[in-house]
Formats: sequence, structure tokens, C-alpha cells
Amino acid sequence: MAKHHVTTKINGEAVEFLCDTNQSLLDVLRNELDMTGTKEGCATGDCGACTVNLDGAVVCSCLVLGVEAQGKSIETIEGMAQGDHLHPLQQKFLEHAALQCGICTPGVLVAAKALLERNPDPTEEEVRYWLAGNLCRCTGYNKIVEAVLDAAREMRGASHA
Amino acid sequence: MTTGVRFESPGTAQEAAKLLAQAQGGARILAGGTDLLVQMRSGRLQPELIVNVKGIDEIMTVRQEPDGFRVGAAVPCMSLVNHEAFSSAFPGVIDGANLVGSVQVRGRASMGGNLCNASPAADSVPAMIAAGALAAIEGPEGRREVPVEEVPAGPGKTSLKPGELLVSFFFPNLPACSGTAYLRFTPRTEMDIAVVGAGVCLTLDEKGICTDAKVSLGAVAERVLVVPEAAQALVGTPVDEAALDKLAAAASQAARPIDDKRGTKVFRIKLAGVIARRAAL
Repeated sequence: MAKHHVTTKINGEAVEFLCDTNQSLLDVLRNELDMTGTKEGCATGDCGACTVNLDGAVVCSCLVLGVEAQGKSIETIEGMAQGDHLHPLQQKFLEHAALQCGICTPGVLVAAKALLERNPDPTEEEVRYWLAGNLCRCTGYNKIVEAVLDAAREMRGASHA
Repeated sequence: MTTGVRFESPGTAQEAAKLLAQAQGGARILAGGTDLLVQMRSGRLQPELIVNVKGIDEIMTVRQEPDGFRVGAAVPCMSLVNHEAFSSAFPGVIDGANLVGSVQVRGRASMGGNLCNASPAADSVPAMIAAGALAAIEGPEGRREVPVEEVPAGPGKTSLKPGELLVSFFFPNLPACSGTAYLRFTPRTEMDIAVVGAGVCLTLDEKGICTDAKVSLGAVAERVLVVPEAAQALVGTPVDEAALDKLAAAASQAARPIDDKRGTKVFRIKLAGVIARRAAL
């Protein structure tokens, strides 16, 4: 059967692609659009490595069909930095060594960014529960949580400047 | 997954029902997709047609009406959690909705999908049932409304007839001094499947005596249970230790669970009582 022609917005830019019904948004991002920042960890929605922001909601792109992106607004890890200027979360992840192999990192960053937009002053418990859907095999999570809390602190400070 | 799968996005529930009926069992509803896509990828489900219901207004909206709230079947759990009016009126239902999967899963997953996927351990279901929710269903013969507890029929099975789809839930306003809660036990702290889930709704009078209650247990039978004996243990009492003991005993009595790697039969039976008691408190 004919492919679907999809028009959507990714990181603020209009994008078009063709896809089959059974292709996930993750598949489309990585294989049709060469946007390999978003990772595949499990393809079942358990690990969160494929996390993107879809119309303001953090979702697993492996659980969204490419065709469902029609008319939507998607934010991926590629849109997080402004040119060479890293987002405070990205900067803090580097400073705190909150990544090792880095596979979970794009998903964690997209999810954490959404948390801080929703709640600029989360407790450690709130950060851990929010990131429960992002699995990491390398770091043991502590540095991730510290980096998120530190970035939140900085972002709160900057907004009072 | 097969590549020839068709994809339709009808604009009304009636159109969706027609598509389902025409497909004669070969179609599946796509709401959040967090169960459907996983099952398609594993080969468990191989539909020829996917009917995307997210373009249907009554399936995607939450409306406060004079008698209660009408919640579209495909409203993402996260959207419901963010709905201030609904969350204050039905905190127990939100307890359940807020435990489905992860934040990412809740960004898409819906209570309608949770109910119709018919896992006996579905987290959004016991509290909905305890709160007295009704399910509005559209089909070849039009619209019908049934208590939510009549929808699950067994693991992976619902009582929906061919060509029928779930459209919305109706939550009648609770009497004053009522409360709802859902608690579950999972081996991990999150991202897990309930070993026992208990949804409780109760109403107290001005002296603190319970005048009405409903108790629903998940994950301890082939489908979610309503336990009238457990509710009766509370009615007419000040919900004290003695009443809670009776509630716990009734819950354990009603449980007829399976043994699996998450929890043995014996454990689940005991836990049904413990969790029901904590939810009532």
C-alpha cells in the first residue's frame, strides 16, 4: 500500500517524510531523517532511551507511529542546545560526569528538561520518580540526579538575574 | 509487523464503529498505542487496519458536567493528572492513572486503553470501579453505558461486542465527605506491574461513620474484582481497627490470584488484605 506523506515540525523547523503505517517515530527520526540523537534501547517503551517531546508531552518515540506525527510539534535532543550554546542541563551533565556510554543520555535530558519546565524546583524524590522511565546501565543514577538538581538551581538563579 | 497495515483516522465514534465492523475482527483501535504497538511488534496482534481515535473530540476531552465528569477514553493519563478539577474530585482515580508505566508512557497511555487491554493488573481500573464510573460504548446498535466493572472479561478480553469501541467514562459526582484512593504493591518502586492493587471509595457522615463504600481489587484474579463483603465491613462503622481487620479478611478471601515471578499465590492473597486496608485508610 502507499506510504503516508507526513508534514510535521521538528525542533521548530517544518519537516516532511514518507513512512509505512508500521514505522515508529523513532524509526523515522533515525532512519528517514538521519536524526540519530534519539536512541533505541528496547523498542517496547520500557527504557526511555527514545524519549522525545511531542506537543509538550514527553513520550517514547518507539511507541508513536510515524504517521501520528502529522501536524504535531516534536522536540528532540538535537534541538536542546542553541547552536554551540549548551542547555544548562547538558552543561551540568558534563560537569557532574552524569554520563558514561551516553546511550540513555539524550532520553534523560529530554525528560529532565520537561520536568524543569513543569517544576523548576523539584525535590530529589520528584526527580527520581520523573526519571523512572529512563534506565541507565552505567552511572547508577546518582550523578544524573545531582546534575538535574544543579541545573535546576542554576536555571532558578538565572531567572532571578 | 506486516507492512500492508492500513491506517484510518475517523472523525466520529460512529465512523470508527463502522470501520471496526467492516473489518470483521481485523482492526484494532489506536489510542495511546502503548499496548498496541508493543503487541504488534511481538506478533501477538496482527491487525489489517489500525483505527486511530485521537481525532474524535469526545474520545479526547475531559468535560465537567453538572452531574459529574465525562472523560474521553483516549485522554492520556498525564493530561488527566494535569486536570485540576478532576484531580481534586477523584484523587484515587488519579493515584491509579499516575502509576501506569512511566512519565513517557503516561504521555500517551489512556485509561480506556488500560481498561480494554484487560490486563488483570491494570492500575487505572480498580479506583475507577470504586468511584462508580460508567463506560460509554459505541457500536453497530448505537450507544450504551455500563458500569466499568462489566467491561473486562478475562486476561486480554473484554465484553465489547464486534464493532464496538469504548468512547468515554462518566464519573458521577461523589456525595460530600467521600474519598477515593488506589494503592498497589510492586516488587520494584516503579515501572512495574502490580502484584496486588486496591481501589477504595468511601463516604462518611458528619459523625465520621461510614455510610457507603466500594472496594475493588486488581491483579488477584483473572479480571479485576469488586468485593462487596469488604465494602460492607466498613459501612456503619467509624472505619476503626476492627472494621479494617474485617475489610482485610474479606479482601484476602476474595482474592484468587496466580503464582508468578512477581508474587506467589500465598503472598498475593495476604497482600490483598494489607493493601486494601491501607487504601481504606
